[in-house]
Amino acid sequence: MFTVNWSRAQFALTAGYHWLFVPLTIGLGLIMAIMESIYVKTGDEKWKSATRFWQKIFGINFAIGVATGIILEFQFGTNWSNYSWFVGDIFGAPLAIEGIFAFFMEATFISIMFFGWNRVSKKMHLASTWLVFIGASLSAYWILVANAWMQYPAGMEFNPETVRNEMVDFWAVAFSPVAYNKFLHTTFSAWGVGASFAVGISSWYLLKKRHVDFAIKTLKISSLVGLVAFVMLAVTGDGSAYQVSQKQPMKLAAMEGLYEGKSGAGLVAIGMLNPAKKAYNDDVNPYVFKLEIPKLLSLLGYRNINAFVPGIKDIVDGGYILQDGTVALSFEERQARGRKAIQTLADYQAARKEENEAINSGNSAAAAAAAVAAANYETVLRENYAHFGYGYLEKGEDLIPNVPLTFYSFHLMVVIGFYFILFFFVILYYLYRKSMSTASWLQYVALWSIPLSYIAGQLGWVVAEVGRQPWTIQDILPVQSAASAVSPGNVITTFILFAVLFTGLLVAEVTIMIKQIKKGPDKLVSKNN
Amino acid sequence: MSLLGGLLVFLMFVQGGQSMLNSLSKKEDEKKLLVNALGRKWEYTFTTLVTFGGAFFASFPLFYSTSFGGAYWAWMILLFSFVVQAVSYEFQSKPGNIFGAGAYRMLLFLNGVIGTFLLGVVVATFFTGSEFTVGKANIAVLGGSGPVISQWQNPLHGLELLANVRNLSLGLAVLFLSRTLASLFFVNRLDHKDLEKRSRRFTLYNGVPFVLFFLVFLIWTLLAEGYALNPVTKVVYLEKMKYLSNFIDMPIVMVLFIMGVVSVLYGIFNTVFNLKFKKGIWFAGAGTVVTVTMLFLVAGYNNTAYYPSSIDLQSSLTLQNSSSSEFTLSVMAIVSLFVPVVVAYIFYAWRALERKKLSLEDLKTDGNSY
Repeated sequence: MFTVNWSRAQFALTAGYHWLFVPLTIGLGLIMAIMESIYVKTGDEKWKSATRFWQKIFGINFAIGVATGIILEFQFGTNWSNYSWFVGDIFGAPLAIEGIFAFFMEATFISIMFFGWNRVSKKMHLASTWLVFIGASLSAYWILVANAWMQYPAGMEFNPETVRNEMVDFWAVAFSPVAYNKFLHTTFSAWGVGASFAVGISSWYLLKKRHVDFAIKTLKISSLVGLVAFVMLAVTGDGSAYQVSQKQPMKLAAMEGLYEGKSGAGLVAIGMLNPAKKAYNDDVNPYVFKLEIPKLLSLLGYRNINAFVPGIKDIVDGGYILQDGTVALSFEERQARGRKAIQTLADYQAARKEENEAINSGNSAAAAAAAVAAANYETVLRENYAHFGYGYLEKGEDLIPNVPLTFYSFHLMVVIGFYFILFFFVILYYLYRKSMSTASWLQYVALWSIPLSYIAGQLGWVVAEVGRQPWTIQDILPVQSAASAVSPGNVITTFILFAVLFTGLLVAEVTIMIKQIKKGPDKLVSKNN
Repeated sequence: MSLLGGLLVFLMFVQGGQSMLNSLSKKEDEKKLLVNALGRKWEYTFTTLVTFGGAFFASFPLFYSTSFGGAYWAWMILLFSFVVQAVSYEFQSKPGNIFGAGAYRMLLFLNGVIGTFLLGVVVATFFTGSEFTVGKANIAVLGGSGPVISQWQNPLHGLELLANVRNLSLGLAVLFLSRTLASLFFVNRLDHKDLEKRSRRFTLYNGVPFVLFFLVFLIWTLLAEGYALNPVTKVVYLEKMKYLSNFIDMPIVMVLFIMGVVSVLYGIFNTVFNLKFKKGIWFAGAGTVVTVTMLFLVAGYNNTAYYPSSIDLQSSLTLQNSSSSEFTLSVMAIVSLFVPVVVAYIFYAWRALERKKLSLEDLKTDGNSY
């Protein structure tokens, strides 16, 4: 368990750092592509200068995003070796496709974007800038396909012979509704980060009364991108809530701190959890206080204002009616079925071994008997496979993720999201009134809003990943059965190395960026080379 | 997969170049030119490595879980060196980078040496074997040793691979090969007389050790015992001169392998002795791709265990027991049909950016430099 927790910490650390850089890559990618399009259309050198400034910032950020990304890919092997075999047949494909389709596109066209200003035509350069953005988005798509599959495994079948899950339907994996929605939600959040970053930096120029024309140009583009992004985040967030309630009811219950399920459940708008609550079934009120929007949770989760939303206690103890009309099983029941599945897998393997030995020694009667036994085990295994992962768990509490962390992360993220809708609306209004450059209070607000968009993005991932514990693959494989057999000392060492290295690089990145931003966009005269 | 591996080793010329930034250049502006010539190519190597990883995962998940999770430190150190590489180009000449240009160039140097050397060491284990066991039924074990399928039996987790002389010789061969390729690349790409002259000398200095270490590895491997697979019983056993007989059983592979080697040698020798010849990189590069590809084929085809376990022969990974399902492999095959499209646009981009050679003048006018 020790190794598992350090491996989780290491994955969280590297993924968290990676997600500091990726959203800016995607978000700025869009903004600079729009700017360059305007330049090519109008021929106005000021737009070219603006494009090049943001490309410089993009480049600094891109390098470190790449650096933190490579570790993530290989970590599935180094730290989650069991996982790699057990589902690699499905999980590996999106990663490979990401490399072939997306990474090469990014890497190739980024070199044209940076070094090709004088070596290719204007239109070709513009196309390259767009292809960098498209490549980055495609890469996000395929990695989120992989992530979505872990949360909602689809298109696969367990093969007891090879002891792994095998892909049987590529389209079910590639176009899973969870993947699709996750992609949109995540991509819009990246646009949001890029937009709030560009708006914040432009506002700083306005505060300093430097590069005013450049700042206003950037503000126009990026606040539009930002408004679209956050409105779409609310829309796709609704889609996420619906899918979570369908596929991962425990995550939904943790997000809302809902212990006792009910019909017509409300959505907590603001609330504080009760630290005195120690056990899921101790009858202590889970909230110190809460403000609820009536019926909204049922509506969001089940598209029905009176639908029953199961709480944590219901999911552990079972007994409520599922949407398909059947009665939900208790944890004990699922655990028993999971253990049966695991045991019959062992029996199946033993029977097949017996069969092979019998064939090799020429005893065909014994071989036939072993084959029949294996077939029987396989049938039992398939009947119980849906509960396979529960067999590794010890007690009902193991099913429950960290509720306070999930709850607060979720609510804070939502609050920040709605704040940004208002924020971009106000910025656009001031731009429309042409009073943005004098509204210094708003410029300060914009500058200090930059970190908020990053926080919201990180919180979103906390909800998604902490909320799904204990599962690496929903219902099939809990984290403790997914890790590699390396001793904790090794993982602790690499964890510390990563923490020091990434922090050092982050500090370097931030100071480089600040220098570049202070320098500002190049003057037009030196642009004409 | 083998072809991707071949491409990767060729593209390691970037790492080779990084390992001689200091020794090849005498003045700061020369150094800057070298960094920039390589800096326009590093992403290809990096992306190929990432794709190589992804494609290996998708095609041979058991290799992914066994080797990465087992030879933990060998891979982690390799990856660390690539993490620092990715930022070093972008950060080293920018103001405010805290650690100074020298530190980032040091990191590039380390990546150049460690990245190539360790990759060679790990590839050598395809022939020399590693200490691991694989038990797919382990996953059904509750409690006790736990359900882990692939278990590395050496507590050094990959560092022990450095104790094998044959592994070391391939590691050094790859290191010197990448430096040789980098020298050839500079001869071809740079518009700078002194650097070109020095690069030709470096081709010789690095080409000779490369050939020596490679021959040590090659001859030793051809004569050594190899990990053979009985195609009927699926039993793995040791066979004398297995890899030599693989070459003999697969004459096309042998012919291509020899042609690859000759092409590499031609590229090297012609560059050293013919001062007008600048296309050495293309001969040596193509030769490298072909040679490495054939080497991988010899490691895995013709009933051979491609990732052998030296302590438990029956745990060895073969193409059959470690690959993905037929369905997934056919998905991957369809995906590979797009590879020519990718190659086409890479070719286009390379041409567009390299129509003329890189000189110090270009660093000022191309709008972006490291």
